[in-house]
Amino acid sequence: MDDLKSGSNLEKVLKAGHFAFTGECGPPKGANIAHLKEKFAHLKGMVDAVNLTDNQTAVVRLSSWAASAVMVQEGLEPNFQMVCRDRNRLAMQSDILGAYALGVRNMLCLSGDHQKFGNHPAAKNVYDIDSMQLISLVKKMRDDSKFMNDDPIDVPPRLFIGAAANPFAEPFDFRVYRMAKKIAAGADFIQTQCIYNMDRFRTFMKQAVDMGLTEKCHILAGVTPMKTVGMANYMSKSVPGMEVPESLIKRLKGAEKGKTAEEGIRFCLEQIEEFKTMEGIAGVHLMAIEWEHRVPEIAERAGLLPRPVIP
Amino acid sequence: MIVADRKSLSEIQDMVKNCRKILLVGCKGCVTVCNVGGLKEVQVLAATLRIAAKMADRPLIVAETVLERQCDPEYVEMLKPVVNDFDAVVSMACGVGPQFLAEAYPNQRFFPAVNTTFFGGAVAHGIWEERCAGCGTCVIHHFDGMCPVARCSKSLLNGPCGGSDHGKCEISKNVNCIWDRIVRKKVEQGRLDDLLDIIPAKNWQTARDGGPRQSRREELFQNG
Amino acid sequence: MSDAFEPTIIAFCCKYCAYAAADLAGSMRLSYPSNIKISQVPCTGRVDIVHLLKAIEDGTDGVYVAGCMEGDCHFVSGNLKARKRVEYVKKTLTELGIEPERVEMYNLSSAMGPRFAEIAIDMTDRIRKLGPSPVRRQPRPVAATEQKEGER
Repeated sequence: MDDLKSGSNLEKVLKAGHFAFTGECGPPKGANIAHLKEKFAHLKGMVDAVNLTDNQTAVVRLSSWAASAVMVQEGLEPNFQMVCRDRNRLAMQSDILGAYALGVRNMLCLSGDHQKFGNHPAAKNVYDIDSMQLISLVKKMRDDSKFMNDDPIDVPPRLFIGAAANPFAEPFDFRVYRMAKKIAAGADFIQTQCIYNMDRFRTFMKQAVDMGLTEKCHILAGVTPMKTVGMANYMSKSVPGMEVPESLIKRLKGAEKGKTAEEGIRFCLEQIEEFKTMEGIAGVHLMAIEWEHRVPEIAERAGLLPRPVIP
Repeated sequence: MIVADRKSLSEIQDMVKNCRKILLVGCKGCVTVCNVGGLKEVQVLAATLRIAAKMADRPLIVAETVLERQCDPEYVEMLKPVVNDFDAVVSMACGVGPQFLAEAYPNQRFFPAVNTTFFGGAVAHGIWEERCAGCGTCVIHHFDGMCPVARCSKSLLNGPCGGSDHGKCEISKNVNCIWDRIVRKKVEQGRLDDLLDIIPAKNWQTARDGGPRQSRREELFQNG
Repeated sequence: MSDAFEPTIIAFCCKYCAYAAADLAGSMRLSYPSNIKISQVPCTGRVDIVHLLKAIEDGTDGVYVAGCMEGDCHFVSGNLKARKRVEYVKKTLTELGIEPERVEMYNLSSAMGPRFAEIAIDMTDRIRKLGPSPVRRQPRPVAATEQKEGER
């Protein structure tokens, strides 16, 4: 198994050719580790790794590396998220080393939402480097044992490098190129933005396959089950780069009273079923926001259990 | 040019609240072009301050003058005969102005009447937009004449983030996504492949991050 | 006391419309208040913010700009610019604690003699109701001072 880049569970699952399944968890707005551990408990054994968001939507929360470390203690595998908004290259490199030292083996490199949306809009942002450069940096630290300035690293961080792709944001022409760039920069896996418009996603994936990207990188399709019609409307109108087709909103509206969430889950399950056979898709990333307790049920109904255990 | 906005009347009034005699100094440079600190704006602010003083039954003399440029000691020198006749001097130039004045006249107090905002230009009469961040290492040749350092909210150098929405930035519908424009132009010109090159991390030493900057031209500088 | 108050009002009148309308009003023998002091301008686009503010600073009780009908400016858009400037001055007056109604923008054509007289009457009535300009009200009565401070 020495040809593994990081030895993370997610890497092993993907390398063995299994259909991967990852989850997501937002750290608390406080130091309430007990509650965080409860959320983890729902996910244990249900997913191959769990993303821990980094001050998601620019709202201050417990740090993603600390939450990742707690997750390691709890026997789950974290996917440590890092955004470029809050740290310069010094802080990034030291946090990468710190997270690795605490047992983190997967890392997702992101630009981050602008602080204007968050709860500290008066903050100065950093954006010393962008997400593409962050991917290159982690790869350099891991593969060359060097810091950005070429100084040697004593025990490099062996991390499985992830990146995000948004097939629905504009300019659409560039989206597959941007993913290609991230893969060229060193991304080992990609997690996509929540997918609702399947037609557009199929087009995107066909482009990715034609460009040979799926040979070089594992692509996990992002899904988020809709809980309510309100949520669908909100995502459609207020979340930049999110595309929710009218047909889905209609379908949710048409659901029996009290059954909207069930309809949302059904749509999500249908998506997962299609992803299982879609060319170039290596797994699913389930972003069940504040819905961790429903993950076991979704995993079960999607036929994704039990999760493979690879020594 | 350097673009600025005038400070609120109350903020300016607060600065000069203990003064009985002030001098308003405009600048014929950038702030005249962006209609914030030229002759006209000096007259308007002076009249406004005088009206306010009359309303409050408070004696206040507001004198008005405009310098060719406040960022040049040669012109700053011209205030010499009058500068100390006032309780304070209010500069309507960009942030450079009051500092050059303060350096030239250490016994006087100088207040800024404007908030200096950015390097930009007028996109329509009455609307100015940022174009340059003064980072010290120009990269616009990579982006067909558009600067993502200044014009992308996240200064991204390798393409649009996921927040680009119908040509607008995720921070506001009033802000254009410059990456959307860069990509469109590359597509129109059939050169989208240019954007596949990964631009490495920027060296910010030439920007403000490297500390306050000085530009030195030896062929011009006269020693002593 | 307010019965005795005769306001001073300055009207900046465009020579192509309002000024000609004033002439017409005169030849039609329409009467309008003598409080109005007319200042002829080649176009209301010539009237700057500082002109309006100077008038207020000098204690004028009311100021208005009378230009051509929108779309009919002899210089295309002078009257539209004037309107924007009047709006700016209204805002400044509000900040200063002066009634913004003391400044106004009107549009009329050279054929509207009666309208010219009507505007003059309306503006005079309006300013009479507002009372003397707080800039010129000196020395101000104690009660008025307290009221002003109370408003702030």
